[in-house]
Amino acid sequence: MPSETTIFSAKNLTCVFGHGKKSTKAIDDLTFSIADQEIVSLVGGSGCGKSVLAKIMLNLIKPTSGEFLYKGKPIIDQRFHWREVQPVFQDPFSCFNFFFTIRDQLKASFGIMKTKPSKKEMEERVDQALLAVNIVPSEIQGKYAFELSGGQMQRMLLARIFILRPAVLIADEPTSMVDACVRASILDYLMKLKKELSMTIVFITHDIGLAYYVSDRIFIMHRGKIVEQGTPDDVALKPKNEHTMKLLDDIPDIHKNWISR
Amino acid sequence: MKLLLNLLKTPMFVIGTTIFFGTVLVALFAPMMYHVDIIARVGMPYMPPGKEHLLGTNHLGVDMMSLLIKGLGSSLYVGFLAGMIATVTGTLLGIYGGFKGGWQDDFITLITNLFLVIPTFVVLILISSSLKEGRSLALIAGIIGATAWTWSARAVRAQSASIKSRDHIALARVNGEGTLKIVVKQILPYLFSYVFMVFIMQTASGILSEACISMIGLGPYDTVSLGTILNEAMRNEALGDGAWWAFIPPMILITIIVFALNFINTSMEGVFNPRLRK
Amino acid sequence: MPIFEVDNLHLHYLTRFGAKIPAVAGVTFSMEKGEVLGIAGESGCGKSTLVNGCMGLFIPPLWPTSGNVRVDGESIMGRSPKDVRKNILGRKVAMIPQGAFNSLNPTRKIKDQAADMIVSHESNVDKKALYERLRQRFDLIGMETEKVLGAYPIQLTAGTRQRCVIGISTLLDPKMVIADEPTSALDVTTQKAVIRMIFDLLDKQIFSTMIFITHELPLLRHVANRIAVMYAGEFVELGTTDQVIFDPRHPYTKALMGAMLSAEPGQRQRKPVAIEGAPPNLAYPISGCRFAERCPQVRPECRVNKQEIRIVADRQVRCDYAE
Repeated sequence: MPSETTIFSAKNLTCVFGHGKKSTKAIDDLTFSIADQEIVSLVGGSGCGKSVLAKIMLNLIKPTSGEFLYKGKPIIDQRFHWREVQPVFQDPFSCFNFFFTIRDQLKASFGIMKTKPSKKEMEERVDQALLAVNIVPSEIQGKYAFELSGGQMQRMLLARIFILRPAVLIADEPTSMVDACVRASILDYLMKLKKELSMTIVFITHDIGLAYYVSDRIFIMHRGKIVEQGTPDDVALKPKNEHTMKLLDDIPDIHKNWISR
Repeated sequence: MKLLLNLLKTPMFVIGTTIFFGTVLVALFAPMMYHVDIIARVGMPYMPPGKEHLLGTNHLGVDMMSLLIKGLGSSLYVGFLAGMIATVTGTLLGIYGGFKGGWQDDFITLITNLFLVIPTFVVLILISSSLKEGRSLALIAGIIGATAWTWSARAVRAQSASIKSRDHIALARVNGEGTLKIVVKQILPYLFSYVFMVFIMQTASGILSEACISMIGLGPYDTVSLGTILNEAMRNEALGDGAWWAFIPPMILITIIVFALNFINTSMEGVFNPRLRK
Repeated sequence: MPIFEVDNLHLHYLTRFGAKIPAVAGVTFSMEKGEVLGIAGESGCGKSTLVNGCMGLFIPPLWPTSGNVRVDGESIMGRSPKDVRKNILGRKVAMIPQGAFNSLNPTRKIKDQAADMIVSHESNVDKKALYERLRQRFDLIGMETEKVLGAYPIQLTAGTRQRCVIGISTLLDPKMVIADEPTSALDVTTQKAVIRMIFDLLDKQIFSTMIFITHELPLLRHVANRIAVMYAGEFVELGTTDQVIFDPRHPYTKALMGAMLSAEPGQRQRKPVAIEGAPPNLAYPISGCRFAERCPQVRPECRVNKQEIRIVADRQVRCDYAE
């Protein structure tokens, strides 16, 4: 039963794009639930519907049919929803407008709050958030998005989450655009967020190795359906579904024979 | 600021703006230095250029120089107004369609495409000729603007649809920003340089359109524009009389203005569009 | 004789204010026919600049400072971009770029873009023979020839598009292929398909020597024979794949391997270690080791002494204290 401790619950959730013959089912009859303070990974190849599901969770796309509840209730007040659920997107460069400074855009996120803090408090909270992601505030003072590196920009998105302190974080491939060595630090900050704010995290990725490392539960998605779900150990080490096996098989792990030549 | 500096380093831009603002300055300030009188007959019909009348007189003996200065002002005014109307209408509709998507977008695209396939010049002629009385400069500009907006709407729609998929729009939504704020803060800045270029092109084509319909006698009836001067010259056998001063100068003026505007536009494209940067 | 040699290559960018920013410093390596060299490093380490250098393609603001690049013993330095595009690219050295979307013209069919590749390098090509040749090549490399050749880039999936790019760039049987992060924008399944195709081309002898650039060290374990790790414009370690992956000696390589994640029993308990800090800004002169600021085993001498390549355990390492 959906209750206060269930963050998301979906019943026969379907999302169709386009009309008539050209329509595609991006989300196909999904039923699942995500509990409070859980880290759930949605794993699948491109076009499996994981990003669409993320947008539904963020209330940026309305599902075509089926039921989608947040804490047991349908999403009616979207401002309330966005106070609770916030995203980190894949491409940090497209997340920031090139015409305003990064600091201004971080401050813009206070807009969703019920009561805006005073100017002084806003500045303080931005500074704190920046320090939380290991960035000296003066370093980005007056800077624009194109003046920073990819890793720094991704940390800006995380700083935004430190400012807003939502209950749920939807992380849509937050590490797929950054280098391997920056990836570990982004994951560290995610774990720090989880610890400090006791958040629920929906982690979306195509890399099952990454999902194995961060999550409490893994959903494997394929063509809009969840084909396998379970604990990381079950899914990643004892996969039952062929799509899961394929995803595992496709990771270029150093200890196994990946491709024969 | 940096963009402006880059623009000023482009010779094409400097040449274009100098010429264009030169013509604007002439239209604005020449009447103060030169006695402009477009009614009084100051000489014999078709007097060749000389000391007294720098560019001769027209078929009624009115000073050509006065006519040109007045006509230049009118033409620039019509072009500017028409460009403004076409750009503003087109931009608003284009942004709305591109950003909103769905059936609203389909509808706007349909209308735009309909307008695009109808030969606008014919529509222009039809509307102008049906208005027998009261064809003022502003009305002509309005008509030109109303037939030319489709072009800018289409261009802006494509641009705003591509910006729409950028993540900062989604981020602005979850920041609780309303549609209007998103358009103003997140989309318009990206479109600004583009819209400005569209505006310049629309101004240029507005000046040309005015000249065309005035030339065939459907222009403003109460004032003089570069097009009406040509029309008068054509109707009164200037060509047959060899009175080149009655039609060559306005033609050169129109060419120079449109040429300068095109120059500005091309040079801006080079600066604004990083792909064309060498 | 090595088929490809890079000899003490230094490259720099010239800023608008006349300042030189060294982007690649003292890179030396040579490759025998049939070898695959992997180059790993984070973004901004000079990988892509090195690629341009290896093709001899210098478009301002990039300039060669010193050093030489030889293909089959013939130097390709000091040519104009036009000359390079006509005579080097595609024939001697081919490049597989990262974003297939940016390298294909969206308004033209694949077959026309492939034809361009041949026409721009060869004179007097018969049109009919040309398309026959394309068809044969696409059949050979295992593409759905009829479907792909007549399609516009947008009609193809990201993976097929990337495979088309690979097919087109190797049309002229280049001696040397440089793949610059060819799979970074793809998901793991598509990545595997693309790698499989590259291997297929290697097997079919369409090309035999390749430089493969990526920031994913684990991927190189399966692709490369030798691996070079690049940091701030320098090679910091160069050895065989097994040496670099399983027994890294340079602190940076060790750190890169430590930041790796994988789905294996026990991995959840092992924390990946992030490399704190950022690479140095190359616009300012650096004294001492370039990795010193981020190195976990840094010593005071490191910030003073410039590190030179030395041989440690049979491979080249740019660290005085590596063992």
